[in-house]
Amino acid sequence: MARNIQSLERAAAMLRLLAGGERRLGLSDIASSLGLAKGTAHGILRTLHEEGFVEQDPASGRYQLGAELLRLGNSYLDVHELRSRALVWTDDLARSSGESAYLGVLHQHGVLIVHHVFRPDDSRQVLEVGAMQPLHSTALGKVLSAYDPVAHSEALEAERKPYTARTVSSAEDFEAVLDLTRARGYAADIEETWEGVASVAAPIHDRRHMPVGAVGVTGAVERVCRAGELRPELVAAVRDCARAVSRDLGAGRF
Amino acid sequence: MTDAPTTASHSHGEGPFIAALDQGTTSSRCIIFDRDGRIVSVDQKEHEQIFPRPGWVEHNATEIWRNVQEVIAGAITKAGVTRADIQAIGITNQRETTLLWDRKTGQPVHNAIVWQDTRTDALCKELGRNVGQDRFRRETGLPLATYFAGPKVRWLLDNVEGLRERAEAGDILFGTMDSWVIWNLTGGVNGGRHVTDVTNASRTLLMNLHSMEWDERICSSIGVPPQVLPEIRSSAEVYGEVRGGTLGELLRGVPVASALGDQQAALFGQTCFDEGEAKSTYGTGTFMLINTAHKAINSYSGLITTVGYRIGDQQAVYALEGSIAVTGALVQWMRDQMGLISTAAEIETLASSVEDNGGAYFVPAFSGLFAPYWRSDARGVIAGLSRYVTKAHIARAVLEATAWQTKEIADAMKKDSGVEVSALKVDGGMTANNLLMQTLADVLDAPVVRPMVAETTALGAAYAAGLATGFWPDVHALRANWRRAAEWTPAMDAETRDREYKLWLKAVQRTMGWLED
Repeated sequence: MARNIQSLERAAAMLRLLAGGERRLGLSDIASSLGLAKGTAHGILRTLHEEGFVEQDPASGRYQLGAELLRLGNSYLDVHELRSRALVWTDDLARSSGESAYLGVLHQHGVLIVHHVFRPDDSRQVLEVGAMQPLHSTALGKVLSAYDPVAHSEALEAERKPYTARTVSSAEDFEAVLDLTRARGYAADIEETWEGVASVAAPIHDRRHMPVGAVGVTGAVERVCRAGELRPELVAAVRDCARAVSRDLGAGRF
Repeated sequence: MTDAPTTASHSHGEGPFIAALDQGTTSSRCIIFDRDGRIVSVDQKEHEQIFPRPGWVEHNATEIWRNVQEVIAGAITKAGVTRADIQAIGITNQRETTLLWDRKTGQPVHNAIVWQDTRTDALCKELGRNVGQDRFRRETGLPLATYFAGPKVRWLLDNVEGLRERAEAGDILFGTMDSWVIWNLTGGVNGGRHVTDVTNASRTLLMNLHSMEWDERICSSIGVPPQVLPEIRSSAEVYGEVRGGTLGELLRGVPVASALGDQQAALFGQTCFDEGEAKSTYGTGTFMLINTAHKAINSYSGLITTVGYRIGDQQAVYALEGSIAVTGALVQWMRDQMGLISTAAEIETLASSVEDNGGAYFVPAFSGLFAPYWRSDARGVIAGLSRYVTKAHIARAVLEATAWQTKEIADAMKKDSGVEVSALKVDGGMTANNLLMQTLADVLDAPVVRPMVAETTALGAAYAAGLATGFWPDVHALRANWRRAAEWTPAMDAETRDREYKLWLKAVQRTMGWLED
């Protein structure tokens, strides 16, 4: 069994001690309770303070739990909250692009579709909310893999199944695609998942600039692309939409 | 201030545009629409809610008129257009809110009495005499209730000193907020047009639904002198041109070309132009309207008969309306009072963590039951509790409550009109809730459709103003603008639906008679 890191164990013990009631504790109380030298205890407390996990009362110099701990517990963004914030923007995206719009999040090694707006024509369409898409070949999946480290490692570990002749499968090529995605700020899928279908997607960030999802449009390759390239106005519409949703979630302009 | 959704990929092109003013209960908004019915810009300003006593709600009409001018100017500035680009301005408004003002000075004689205000409770009972609340239903389509404007006018005449004499001398004008805005826009004391539209007039308890004229007998029974009443016009025609206020400069000459009560405007914005087409707006409460074409159908099931709209000199289109007091408000209650969720959207997450309601049914009769029961002695219950039930089951029951209440209204509509709701068009904040929309389709056994424009109320006013001024040729052109954003299809078997509905109705029975006089 690997040895544990002693200073982390001590930091955890301090947090537990401070969580044990409404009291604020002074340095010597904390040090003696945990059987530590004052200097050692102070070093750990200062680090926790800088990370926001403990706060120090300016008048008494006593320590208490910090606000960052609360935020840790609440940082998870509910997918239904995400949908409800994205609703007006994705409606406008579908309308201006003339294609169907999708919102996806990482879920069990794939992309879970949490919102879908129909293509604005009168054709018969089926709501695809709840469907799963692959991480490595779709535009939504590539965006998540490029920006979310968890998605990245899941996509790398998984078998990257070639759905069409154009699917990028090797780890090296896949990494290059993700580099390109990060450099451009969007990802494309031109007949890499479904023959005849192309899509473009961009990342949504929350107020702490964490990647929380991806938004994109999908349609027939003949409409989405021109001369084998994505139509630039579609790319702009998707990125505008992603920025608008991010702004609604409190992310600054970027 | 609201950021309008704008995209760089498609410009809105050249004008002309239509401006729609939505004078609502909490705020006034102006939205500029292009020919495709897309939003170009939005400006919005809230006004004060005045609560002089428990049960009383008032608005300062002078503040509202100031805000109206500001948001119209604001939306036009944000859109970067001039009056030459604005083809017409349309109006939609909070319904039933009642104002009296001085014809010569243009000053309100009292704050506006808001639709939610219950000060006319005793007066309505008195007006019912030995007949009760249905005394004027055959002529007006409405029960005698505190919502409607007529009794509010009577209250003002009785309680503001000297007002009745001034009214009888012809110095006082009455109007709902559409009349107040149109009168001011078209010049105010300098020849402003004193008009209202049929949909707003149909909520006064003073208009005969069949003749579309003020009913002299009812006006005199309620005690409203005919001199104060505006002229009743259609919902889509040019009432006059902008001349008055600070907008005189900015928009001089632009036609004021539509007026519709907010729920009727949503019906119009959802393009429910054919008999049997229905829309339901899911906010704090819910309003469902079904188009009954040219027939004013009397309701024996607790619905209201109202005018849907009238375009110019065409025949009027009627509607049946059902209202539910508590839908979105129940989700807010779960968040604020129970603390089971931290945002409204999380109700779906919690509800989705279980397969069904675990046997629990939640009837949110917080202030009694509205349509189709109208029982003020009812109070909320959670029925069918067992030890097995978790908070997730309760969350599920919360969403199902909205669906079952909608089904009860749809059933009442079918009973009264013989028309079955074949597809329900939905709008409002709760349409973001996928599980609710699916449940709605399941219990109605009909597809539920969400359009691409969430702002159906303002859009309805824009459509009517555009029709009146030839911006759009006819309602077919408007239908072509309508875009389906999502559709949920029923997936519940009939046996389950019947069993669950029976249990829901049983739970509803448990709420009644809780309050004792």
